[in-house]
Amino acid sequence: MRPTDRKYATSHEWAKIDGDTILVGITDFAIEELSSGNTSDLVYCDLPDVGRILENGETFGEIESVKAVADLNTPIAGEVVEINVEMEEHLELMTEDPWGKGWLVRIKPSGDDMGALMDAAGYDAHISTPH
Amino acid sequence: MQQTSLHAVHVAAGAKMVEFGGWHMPVQYGPILDEVRQVRARTGLFDLGHMGRFRFSGPDAVAFVDKIATCFCAKIPVDSIRYGLLCKPDGNPIDDVLVYRGQDDVFMVVNAGNAVADMEWIQKHAADFDVKIEDQTAELAMLALQGKGSEAVLQKIVTDLDLSKVGYYKSGFGTLSGMPNVRISRTGYTGEDGFEIYFPDGESARIWNELLEAGGPDEIKPIGLGARDTLRLEAGMPLFGHELGDAMNPIEAGLNFAVSFKEEKGDWIGRTALADCKENPTKKLMGLTTDGKRAPREGYGLFIGDRQVGTVCSGAISPTKECNIGTSYFPLDVAVAGTEIEMDIRGKRQAATVCELPFYSRPKN
Repeated sequence: MRPTDRKYATSHEWAKIDGDTILVGITDFAIEELSSGNTSDLVYCDLPDVGRILENGETFGEIESVKAVADLNTPIAGEVVEINVEMEEHLELMTEDPWGKGWLVRIKPSGDDMGALMDAAGYDAHISTPH
Repeated sequence: MQQTSLHAVHVAAGAKMVEFGGWHMPVQYGPILDEVRQVRARTGLFDLGHMGRFRFSGPDAVAFVDKIATCFCAKIPVDSIRYGLLCKPDGNPIDDVLVYRGQDDVFMVVNAGNAVADMEWIQKHAADFDVKIEDQTAELAMLALQGKGSEAVLQKIVTDLDLSKVGYYKSGFGTLSGMPNVRISRTGYTGEDGFEIYFPDGESARIWNELLEAGGPDEIKPIGLGARDTLRLEAGMPLFGHELGDAMNPIEAGLNFAVSFKEEKGDWIGRTALADCKENPTKKLMGLTTDGKRAPREGYGLFIGDRQVGTVCSGAISPTKECNIGTSYFPLDVAVAGTEIEMDIRGKRQAATVCELPFYSRPKN
């Protein structure tokens, strides 16, 4: 069961309220799809500059595996106030702890977009239907 | 989607299966870069059952192949193999192929994704020739062993043929684990020494397992198409649809060795256009390397300042070169090793350098 303390986007990012900011990461499912279950197949994560203003759904970065590149899209609008610098060298955090240490960006929301996102049960249903 | 006779074996081995050329194929059994290293250091086993295999026989078999392929089939010694291309009249290839010259037939291996179009093309041009054309894809299994240990491993289950006597791009017929008259060629698509073998499809799982057992778990491992793509790119071998296709002809791809303009070959489809291209080339396929973090990916633009000088055809993380590599066509003034360029990744630029192909050649013994 995926954590119920956060919301999920159809493009496989999660958003978790943390004080007056929101942490954004990607789901275990997305990581498994990209890495084929092999952590060492993840090679690079491109994150935005702090201060960048993102619109809801905007691509803010890319995650790269040996054979593929996937977009990272923000599930909420706002300003990037922090990025997880550990991702420079420690992509394995994403597979080891996708819900915690594997977070990617911290966003100061400019509105209240969370309502449009899915809860954990909704996301589970989303990924179990053919896509 | 089609499946090879080894499909269940791959799934049971935990392979990640993907669509490739209309077939459901193993892209990897484990980490892709480890699979690349396995083939460079030891031996890999590949299921190539998706590749198309055609046989040409009859009085005009050789002459017909000389009409449709760029290599000079009549000059290929019996039991030798040449690389060639099937081209349209404008010189653009419809596929790249291996041509096996037999005693009284010609055997051709084509790409999976092009096999149907190839066969239509071949039959359309065969009317004036006394040639019998057979599609043997479904009846034959095709496996490759690639890497240093290939000969020793394969010889353990091959009798009636001394593999050490089978030279590079030569083939022979031996008894493979009790099956007589099996075609075995010293060919491959990795830049390593190795063999490709063709035998009745119903025996594929048995032979696959016997080869894995003959080598042992460290010496030989199954390798997926992901690593195969990196291996071929490191070795500077083109992949149809990436380095070859419309507006990507064999002359500009640097495959002059595969294109015969000898008069004795006669006229063949695409000859005039390719002869013109040879006289007046406008671009050339080259490699590029980058020490930056991002690997070249198909479609990335390549620039010198504001001038776009190329588009990435193929890219990979190269564990052998320990850097990121790619290919692109460049105008002749840019197609010079050492030229500094930039790769555009969604508006971000990363430095890269033009280089000669291949990136990797195996050390000669």
